[in-house]
Amino acid sequence: MDIAINTGNSRYQVDKNGYYGRFGGAYVPEMLYPNVEELQTKYLGILSDPSFQQEFEALLQDYVGRPSPLYFAKRLSEKYKANIYLKREDLNHTGAHKVNNTIGQILLAKRLGKHRIIAETGAGQHGVATATVCALMGMECVVYMGSIDIERQAPNVARMKMLGATVIPATSGSKTLKDATNEAIRDWINNPVDTHYILGTAAGPHPYPDMVARFQSVISEEIKKQLLAKTGNAHPDYVVACIGGGSNAAGAFFHYLDEADVKLVAVEAGGKGVHSGFSAATTQLGTIGIIHASKTLLMQTNDGQIVEPHSISAGLDYPGIGPMHAHLYETGRAQFLSATDDEALAAAYELSLLEGIIPAMESAHALAKLKDLPLNTDDVVVVCLSGRGDKDLDTYIRHMNK
Amino acid sequence: MQNRIDQLFAKKQHGVLNIYCTAGFPQLNDTLPVMTALQQHGADLIELGMPFSDPLADGPVIQDSSTKALQNGMSIHTLFEQLAGFRERIHVPVILMGYFNPVLTYGVEAFCAKCAETGIDGIIVPDLPMAEFEADYKPIFEKYNLHLIFLVTPETSEARIRKIDSLSKGFLYAVSSSSTTGKDKDMNDQQAYFERLKKLQLTNPVLIGFGIKDKATFDTAASYANGAIIGTAFIKAIEHSKDIDKTVQSFISGIIQQ
Repeated sequence: MDIAINTGNSRYQVDKNGYYGRFGGAYVPEMLYPNVEELQTKYLGILSDPSFQQEFEALLQDYVGRPSPLYFAKRLSEKYKANIYLKREDLNHTGAHKVNNTIGQILLAKRLGKHRIIAETGAGQHGVATATVCALMGMECVVYMGSIDIERQAPNVARMKMLGATVIPATSGSKTLKDATNEAIRDWINNPVDTHYILGTAAGPHPYPDMVARFQSVISEEIKKQLLAKTGNAHPDYVVACIGGGSNAAGAFFHYLDEADVKLVAVEAGGKGVHSGFSAATTQLGTIGIIHASKTLLMQTNDGQIVEPHSISAGLDYPGIGPMHAHLYETGRAQFLSATDDEALAAAYELSLLEGIIPAMESAHALAKLKDLPLNTDDVVVVCLSGRGDKDLDTYIRHMNK
Repeated sequence: MQNRIDQLFAKKQHGVLNIYCTAGFPQLNDTLPVMTALQQHGADLIELGMPFSDPLADGPVIQDSSTKALQNGMSIHTLFEQLAGFRERIHVPVILMGYFNPVLTYGVEAFCAKCAETGIDGIIVPDLPMAEFEADYKPIFEKYNLHLIFLVTPETSEARIRKIDSLSKGFLYAVSSSSTTGKDKDMNDQQAYFERLKKLQLTNPVLIGFGIKDKATFDTAASYANGAIIGTAFIKAIEHSKDIDKTVQSFISGIIQQ
């Protein structure tokens, strides 16, 4: 397990100014400039330090349980008449890919001399992963979570509290992930010296999109090795991942970005239908703008007000996408599809019944598009199963009783 | 024509009072009555907030005023409609403050052109960084004689303050502490920073903002700089006002009367 350090001259990686094509940058108020600049100037040096890498790798192995299995889903493959592999991020400690990033960032925070950690969370997975590493390192942890998400993700709220974190409800705006992120940024403005903000997705000001992508790149690094061992070829035909802000997709795509023979598929949350007014399909509904200090695609009104997205999944309920993904979309390097709430629910039930795996609502969006890919029988498809479904049982049970 | 902000500082170097108010607040059509009252009762500069759905640098009071203004139906287009012809009545410099996304969506050049046409003198965009401004937008602002006013904070290095000073026009907005707007932090803690700013002998005038709420805090800030900016306290004062003119009069007299 290595953190990707040398990424060469890839046209899909961040440039020296923090941009991916015309997307990215750091549109932060001056109050945040010193914090962001400190990260920008130090992150690559810290990440490439051998002692950092050693500590990161040891924790990923012994604490998170990596490498996560690459599982050949036989019955799913039979159904879709292709060779489908699941990258089992759901088997990580805390139940999702989020912990790869929080381990990396808490080690970084320690090296920056910070002793207070803040984070935003939507579904609660990133909040739990942050609370977990804070407990592990004995650091104070404050997690901002939309008050609506606090209601719909009660088990994760309880987990964060048990892990010693303070959960603060975000009651502004839509009271979901976007607003929790605003509150976390405001906290950082008010606590500029002692606090590190562990942003959970591949969004926000530079260097977060790149830093999060590098920590999550362990996913595609492992896929390459595992697939080579299983099939004799490290390159699948497709890599499929769900995308809200885009951290698991960034990790699953990372080492394949420059491999033109690998098709990258990002699945957004279509909600009740892309044009229903209740959707989070940013590439289809969005235009260029600034959200959370990044120039990227986002859903907004003609007047530039950011709109409230909708998804059954609290983790995909975000009106923007990370700047790397906006660039992948614009260049056509990745294909962007969307899955509706109902398609995702059906896919979650299907995986549960065919493979005995209950996926997270988010990951179910990726699974839901298997039916729409033009698959051949010898195609190899890797789906990033970003998280497990325990946290979504309430949603699943409600659906079951319908 | 010389920019009104420059005209102001040419004749007044001390105790400049800049008051912030969110456009379209408390009621949609209060924008002009509030501005008129501010000029009438002694504000030297008016800073009009363009409401945004995600005002990152603002504390709860200004956030709420922003939300309320949006609910009232305020938008940049509506604001420019309200402001059409306002220069017949209002002569003090007027600055628009807002976040970059709505300006970018409106079109930066179209926005600057509209500001010039309407009679706006300066813009504060807290999330438009210096580097991006310099690389992409500076000539546009200059073309329309519109001053972009930058923020500096206690954490801003001297080298960066000097760079910001060289790029700024009008004045520098010195944030009194590293915080969102409306936070109560002890002014005395900031005096070393104010002292440091004063010693830098910057090219631009300096106004101090964030945490200025009454005569005492205004006087303290004004003793170190050319004046100060009041936002949150003013929003609180007019939030439930039944008589805008009276409220503004009593608010301002509480700040600048002896």
